[in-house]
Amino acid sequence: MPVFPPTRHSVIERMRSADTEIRRQAFGDLVEGYWKPLYKYLRIHWQTSHDLAQEWTQAFFSEALQKEWLSRYEPEKARFRTFIRLCADRFVMNARQSASRLKRGGHAEMLPLDFPAAEDEMVRHRLTAAPDAEEFFRQEFVRTLFERAVAEVRREFAAAGREVPLTLFDRYDIDPSPDVSYASLAEEFGLTSAQVTNALAQVRRSFRMHALEALRALCGTHDEYRREARELFGVEIE
Amino acid sequence: MTALSNAAIDRLRAVANWPEFESDRYTVTTEIGRGGMGTVYAAMDALLGREVAVKVSNTVATAALEHRLAAEARVLAILEHPGIVPVHDVGRLADGRLFYVMKRVHGRTLTEYIRHHGDLAERLKIFERICEAVAFAHARRILHRDLKPDNVMVGSFGEVMVMDWGVAKTLPAVEEPRAIPPEPIAVTRPEPERTTTSPGTVLGTHGFMPPEQARGELDTLDERADVYGLGAILLALLTNRVQPITPDTTASAALSGSTSIARSLQSICARALAESPADRYPSATALGEDVGRYRAGQKVQAHRETPWERTSRVAHMYRVPILLVLAYMIMRTIVAFVIGR
Repeated sequence: MPVFPPTRHSVIERMRSADTEIRRQAFGDLVEGYWKPLYKYLRIHWQTSHDLAQEWTQAFFSEALQKEWLSRYEPEKARFRTFIRLCADRFVMNARQSASRLKRGGHAEMLPLDFPAAEDEMVRHRLTAAPDAEEFFRQEFVRTLFERAVAEVRREFAAAGREVPLTLFDRYDIDPSPDVSYASLAEEFGLTSAQVTNALAQVRRSFRMHALEALRALCGTHDEYRREARELFGVEIE
Repeated sequence: MTALSNAAIDRLRAVANWPEFESDRYTVTTEIGRGGMGTVYAAMDALLGREVAVKVSNTVATAALEHRLAAEARVLAILEHPGIVPVHDVGRLADGRLFYVMKRVHGRTLTEYIRHHGDLAERLKIFERICEAVAFAHARRILHRDLKPDNVMVGSFGEVMVMDWGVAKTLPAVEEPRAIPPEPIAVTRPEPERTTTSPGTVLGTHGFMPPEQARGELDTLDERADVYGLGAILLALLTNRVQPITPDTTASAALSGSTSIARSLQSICARALAESPADRYPSATALGEDVGRYRAGQKVQAHRETPWERTSRVAHMYRVPILLVLAYMIMRTIVAFVIGR
């Protein structure tokens, strides 16, 4: 199994494609990767109500698609994630100055976003405003990225009928109790410690693959992807 | 979709990068420490049924760093000494990263040890063992270049290990034609200009490295550079504090005014930490021996005694016979007095 995911073009390259389908998929990736961090950022950092945050999240992506301002991204100035956050800041300031501004996206198709789930996460993780807006946005971006990767891992292993490795992954890595160990899991599941080790290594490898793949799809450039991968996992990618 | 807590995110970030060995021999159980060059993991060696430590390069395809990790493994392999952690194995991970396997040392760093153990005699014994290990490396023409309390482990049974030889330097051979055997590890050979550290590059830890190393004068470094690092360790052992030596917190400032530290020990420390290499001990052996002399109550080389200090030291060294003679004389006086009456 390869250690790093196959090459995939950055979101910016795909957004600039002449192929409508590729552009549509890129926009889908963009929304999937950024809507939750954006929504939480509006709720927590900008102190907006959940109704207004929902409305602005929808409007933000609608306007991004209609006006194609994401294509103005300049990689040498900032990371794509930072660019998105700064666009959101500008969007909020403009929206507050002109209530009518939001109506520009009024005819756009509403995106199917699960806002109650995002609200639930905010309560569960007791999210509070961080002094560093960039760090807050980054942490929520990573959370969404990892949640997507874990979901992919679940799909992959469930499709292969491999429930035990997933359960071990949940018990040891996702939500470990203080006394859990390879030995205790081996005893509980009737495995050897080596089998537990191998099973966990396979799930972790799959997780890393999916996380890196999702990360690559959401970075503005390959250099940015390399930097993000280094910061996230401490690995250097060619 | 599973909602992930911050703790789960941190854990996933860590475990996703745990090394994957091509064989089932080693099983990583936890991360021990992370540095700029590599990360150290605790692992089980299934073949020999023992716990080991595995150091893994942090990067793939960075020839210079990979070369440095390989060099560290080779340095450790030739330094077979009870005070230096032994290397058991070396290889590559499935993703191409280099790793080496070494003994898992249980215990605490000298920094932690200093916080919990106040006995000076024990500390000085530990310091002499550190000097012995470093002197052994010097005898094989190897400089550590990053000696500090964090890089010394004190084991559960009092064993002392000098760790982290990642920036070690091999000095030109003096007598033996070759200090390091041919390279058995297949590493990506860096370009010639990257195989050695360029002059001007600063390696080591500020506050624990000698001034000449901090200035990047790497070509001029010799054993006395490590003597300085040993002096910094001795200073921490004497003052109960691990603090970098800076223009604001010099060794003399840390020692001055301390009435609890013997002046001869202060002189030993000051000589080891001298600004100029010429003013330091010529070797780790000489430094260790001077500390040994202090422990034995003998005159140390670094300190010029006053007559009073000499008298006090000799009196302390021969306190038992002196007390016996005194007791004998008092008894005689008493007996003579009684008989005289």
